[in-house]
Amino acid sequence: MLDIQGKLEEIGPYVPAADDDLLVCRCEEVTKGEIRKAVHQGITTIEEMRRYLRSGMGLCQGQTCGNMVKRIMAQELKVSPVEIVPATSRVPMRPIEMEIAAEDGGLES
Amino acid sequence: MERIKEHPILGETPEGKTVTFTYDGKELTGIEGEPIATALRVAGVMTHRYTAKRHEPRGVFCAIGRCTDCVMVVDGQPNVRTCITPLKEGMVVQTQYGASAKEQ
Amino acid sequence: MKVTRYDLIVIGAGPAGLSAAIEAAKKGVKPIVFDENAKPGGQLFKQIHKFFGSKEHKAKIRGFKIGEDLLKEAEEYGVEVVLNATVVGLYSEKEVVVKIGEEVKHFKGDAVLVATGAAENMVNFPGWTLPGVIGAGAAQTMMNLHHIKPGERVLMLGSGNVGLVVSFQLMQSGCEVVALADAAPRIGGYGVHAAKVARTGVPFYLSHTIKEVEGTDRVTGVTIAQVDSHFQFIPGTEKHFDVDTVCVAVGLSPMAQLLKMCGVEMVDTRGGFIPKCDDTGATSIPGVYAAGDVAGIEEASSAMIEGRMSGAAIATYLGYMTEEEKTERIAELEKALGSLRKGMFAPENRGKLIEKTDEGIDISMNLLEKGYVADEEIARFPGVTKRRKVHPVMECTQNIPCNPCQDACKKGCITIGDNITSLPIVDPSVDCINCGMCVASCSGQAIFLVEEEVEPGLGEVTMPYEFLPLPKEGDKGMGLGRDGREIVEVTVSRVRTSPAYDHTNLLTVKVPMEHLDAVRFYRPIA
Repeated sequence: MLDIQGKLEEIGPYVPAADDDLLVCRCEEVTKGEIRKAVHQGITTIEEMRRYLRSGMGLCQGQTCGNMVKRIMAQELKVSPVEIVPATSRVPMRPIEMEIAAEDGGLES
Repeated sequence: MERIKEHPILGETPEGKTVTFTYDGKELTGIEGEPIATALRVAGVMTHRYTAKRHEPRGVFCAIGRCTDCVMVVDGQPNVRTCITPLKEGMVVQTQYGASAKEQ
Repeated sequence: MKVTRYDLIVIGAGPAGLSAAIEAAKKGVKPIVFDENAKPGGQLFKQIHKFFGSKEHKAKIRGFKIGEDLLKEAEEYGVEVVLNATVVGLYSEKEVVVKIGEEVKHFKGDAVLVATGAAENMVNFPGWTLPGVIGAGAAQTMMNLHHIKPGERVLMLGSGNVGLVVSFQLMQSGCEVVALADAAPRIGGYGVHAAKVARTGVPFYLSHTIKEVEGTDRVTGVTIAQVDSHFQFIPGTEKHFDVDTVCVAVGLSPMAQLLKMCGVEMVDTRGGFIPKCDDTGATSIPGVYAAGDVAGIEEASSAMIEGRMSGAAIATYLGYMTEEEKTERIAELEKALGSLRKGMFAPENRGKLIEKTDEGIDISMNLLEKGYVADEEIARFPGVTKRRKVHPVMECTQNIPCNPCQDACKKGCITIGDNITSLPIVDPSVDCINCGMCVASCSGQAIFLVEEEVEPGLGEVTMPYEFLPLPKEGDKGMGLGRDGREIVEVTVSRVRTSPAYDHTNLLTVKVPMEHLDAVRFYRPIA
């Protein structure tokens, strides 16, 4: 278990950067600055970030921004990107209409 | 943007059936079965939608149905990936604002 | 709930998935292949260049043709391919949940192969969401599948093989590539791919990346700038280009989420999040396999062999093949895969600066930094010889796995040997018959035929030419150097096309003798 308080002290406070306004998640329109700030608020895994900022939760399900979010978090946490805990993979892997999901199994169910 | 008529490797582009559709009320033509986005690009349309928060224009980005940036309202249904949805005669294609077509 | 059972469920009908299904079906396994796209073949149908490797890897055959052959083979062995079928879930009990049309269906496989391939990486810069900024895959899809130009004037970001190959394809489609930029200090892809782009006049900007893309509702321009060794912009180095399209080719990442979902042991590497698996793609869950880019990014050629290996392993796992048969087949395939994974671009050499070829020759630094071998560097490579009579000049300067030129020459003038990454050697004692087969066979378009003094003061250079309109005999144009600069006016003396050349036309131009070793491309005078 990560000592979040200790980690936050280690990485120091959030410092604004010139490119904070740059979009990272195109679908949910989440910026680099928002992700960086969230890290300093104690968000350290991709799963938490998805729930907190909705980055990677839009229509494309993080297919475009996934690696970028990971890189930004790693940089902020001063660790290698491979150390960032990835999001849980769960059904459905691709966007699916509620109407279709609700009919799962059709008449045979 | 123009269609490629002849390609040094792929040869002459096969001809298809011309169909008519509307884009934001304007009548346009395209080739049946090609992605809606292709027909729009030939007609010079680059902006497929405006985002919900920043109201920024978006268009084709991945062209294979992954990034969902090219979604539009097609026949009344929002979030249709135009880069992989085949064009049909009489389709009604509208720019998407956030998650819906602009209120009239 | 209805669950349909299959011997083998393959997810992804690309080169790896189809190859695995075919290999298993040959042994009697009944496979079903799901693919979310409307057409099978994965990315093969966008690949219009000739592939590298040797005969067993289908070298010098264009990607889309390999795709057609693979589909034919799949049909022949009764492989069932379901299109527009999106796999939305995979469970450890090998249950596969698929959205087909407007319905969610459930399948169970005695074995499951995940061959979902890869997704494009992206980088963000101001303006990256503007319409007109596209992935390199998007450009390929538009040009080669849907027959439209992605734009008129394009800047390419990324000098890996994808960035280089797509730049060339953009030009083949009639687009102008204004520049190729990469934040890395050296070109990532094959030198021959870079060289064929550079000689058309496209400038390479290494250690440069995009500072900003301009435009309000679509791309109207782009500014790149040089970066230091920490990838920070160096002020005052900005270069602006008027473009309508910016194409991003910054690598691929495996799409392995389904494997993670079903509980396979995963490992996060620099090359992406991938399953732990053995040589045959067997994961930590018995009966669950992975092949192709999803198990680590490589080329389509290697994905097809990996798929065959998984197919053989699965057939054995299901009892359709004996252990002995499997061992034999795997050894054969491993040999083929091994030869592709040799040379400077072998997986273990990724990111390394290689300064000498296996033969001990200094690599051209100009090639790595500017995209072309400088005139004074070219003579040191063994394929580059000087003779009065017509002879091949092989500007092949890196150890890449490729040898079709060796078989192309019926006179035995060209030797590569058993190691397919060796540089080609030209035997000066053999008389070249000027058939042009070596020129057309070279997937890297690095072979030229040169003849001195065809008339007083003039020699001839024959070059591969894959652009339209095809010049005609007697046409005058500019002879360009390896670096794409205009050297001298030249006259087209011969144009050869032949089914055996497979769309690589042979253009012969008359060049003043003093420029015979420098002219390597032809630009028609507008």
